[in-house]
Amino acid sequence: MQNGFNRRSLMLGAATLPIAGTAMAQQATITGAGATFPRPLYERWSQAAREPLSVTLNYQSIGSGGGINQITARTVDFGATDAPLTTAQLTERKLLQFPTVLGSVVLSANLPGVADNALRLTPEVIVDIFFGRIARWNDPKIAELNRDIRLPPLPVSPAYRADGSGTTWVFTTYLSRVSTEWRNGPGAGTAISWPAGNGARGNEGVSNIIRNTPGAIGYIENAYAVVNRMTTTQIRNKAGVFLKPEMPQFLAAAAAADWSVPNFAADTIDLADPAAWPITSPTYILLPIDPPAEKVAASRNTMRFFDWAFSNGSEIAGRLEYIALPQSAHSLVRSAWANNIKDPAGAAVWNPTRR
Amino acid sequence: MSDVITKRTTRRSSGAFGDSVFEWLCRGAGLLVLGLLGAIIVTLFIGALPAFRHFGFDFLFSTKWNPVEGREEFGAAIAIIGTLLSSIFAIILAVPLAFGIAFFLTELAPQWLRRPVGTAVELLAAVPSIIFGMWGLFIVVPFIQNHIQLAWGEELSAIPLIGWAFTSTNYAGTSIFAASLVIAIMILPFIAATMRDVFEQVPAVFKESAYGMGATRWEVVSQVVIPYTRISVAGGVMLGLGRALGETMAVTFVIGNANRLPGSLFDATTTIASVVAMEFPESLSGSLQQSALLALGFILFIISFIVLAASRYLLRSRLKG
Repeated sequence: MQNGFNRRSLMLGAATLPIAGTAMAQQATITGAGATFPRPLYERWSQAAREPLSVTLNYQSIGSGGGINQITARTVDFGATDAPLTTAQLTERKLLQFPTVLGSVVLSANLPGVADNALRLTPEVIVDIFFGRIARWNDPKIAELNRDIRLPPLPVSPAYRADGSGTTWVFTTYLSRVSTEWRNGPGAGTAISWPAGNGARGNEGVSNIIRNTPGAIGYIENAYAVVNRMTTTQIRNKAGVFLKPEMPQFLAAAAAADWSVPNFAADTIDLADPAAWPITSPTYILLPIDPPAEKVAASRNTMRFFDWAFSNGSEIAGRLEYIALPQSAHSLVRSAWANNIKDPAGAAVWNPTRR
Repeated sequence: MSDVITKRTTRRSSGAFGDSVFEWLCRGAGLLVLGLLGAIIVTLFIGALPAFRHFGFDFLFSTKWNPVEGREEFGAAIAIIGTLLSSIFAIILAVPLAFGIAFFLTELAPQWLRRPVGTAVELLAAVPSIIFGMWGLFIVVPFIQNHIQLAWGEELSAIPLIGWAFTSTNYAGTSIFAASLVIAIMILPFIAATMRDVFEQVPAVFKESAYGMGATRWEVVSQVVIPYTRISVAGGVMLGLGRALGETMAVTFVIGNANRLPGSLFDATTTIASVVAMEFPESLSGSLQQSALLALGFILFIISFIVLAASRYLLRSRLKG
């Protein structure tokens, strides 16, 4: 029923677009499905864009894997994924991939008496913790980094996401980057075989383990940690600087990344920039490069929506603890739209530079 | 006169037509269920085929579960063991309790109390499983962690011979023990209700005779009631086991979701149902991971089928009567 409604409003949108040009009287609906991580942001953007754009976004946060499956089957107008697809996967599915914002992953620990962002951790210690090699919090390896803190002799209980998730992909990619042993052992993925600890479902499940268990430590999405006032830790980045997980450090990572790589699969993990938080990652949109005639309007509206979000949505993103892309990345995405997404006649579906 | 007769015959024939329509509708409904069941098995098996082909019989015995791209390796052993262990522990916890309830309701309770308590037990069966999951996560898990593991952990580990069963480095409370406890409460009403029903079916004359010969209440139960009903009781237990095996959300909340063999009661592990619930939404369609998850589903289907068939077999005399 919902599909029927969408198709009807899309067709109306398509009919009015060539005549009315910029000002459409009718609300057009675009449907997207995928990653849960950017859902709050896409919903806020959708509310804000409804008036100026006459585009309504219907976004279903069914998870990255589900988003990839749905856009491959073309049951939605765009898919959304946290982990980027490879060139081969994109070619096979005839998709263009572009980033919208970045998210960051932070570590949260439950150590009674230790203040927020006081605990300092190095990549080596983090890897050891998640390998299950550090038994107690007063272990010399942690104590020598934190001489000013009285560490309790509590058992170290690592917590992880048991459901497949982009957050796990980002965090395990980081662990694989800083440790050869982790790369060759558990590896990186949306779900992996964890050598130690307890698994729970979602950021809320991991946070719940952390809150309930003195001595627990787990990785969670920063936006979730901020909203729920989780106690986070400092991490030493590649340049050797201990950083607190805060917006300037996240923006530094976004700015330091190289966005000109193929498919925008920019590497934002463990960058050399001394101000950059080491664990951040873009979240992506997947858009078909060959929309059939009846889908051209939806494809154009999808790009118009994100074009508007790039120009006007960064402040909203910041308020919701998402990391906006740098301007240079925005213009690269805009030219990728113009160059790659073609209607059946071979013309660009949407060229933001020639409005 | 003849007018009346023709009218009657037409009415009869329309009734016969209705009868056959009704018969075919009912037959269709019955066959539909059978067809659906068959279709589910076939769909699961076809989906699972790539995994079975890729891993062969090793799929059943391998303890590896690695969904990382490029080094996928899937084995069902830990999920199967976790499922069976948590269900069996739950049965061990639930059966004595259910026996107590059933015995109380049929022999000890005053007449006015039997109905309310019986209804309460049956209502327990109507509580949605997610509620048990929340109760498990917010009450049972912290209780195990603070009042058992942290308070008594060392004493329990020091018990000779069985101390290892309580020795764990996992202090989060989410464990196979927590899962068993939650499942036990969930299956309790099924087992208790079955036991009560079969206890009630013991002919009064048997019990009266035993009492008449001077037997005590315990002697009557252990010498008359249990021997008379033991197969039906076992059937009821299997029925509970059937539900325990497939329990998903409540278990996922409290078992710790770790693909590791539990070395003690307080270790985290996983079950078939929770692996599928956790990983299915993010698995790519057509991937080996999705096929392995479907294969797990197929295995669970087979295990549950065997258990339920056994329970039907053991309960057949009671169901007939």
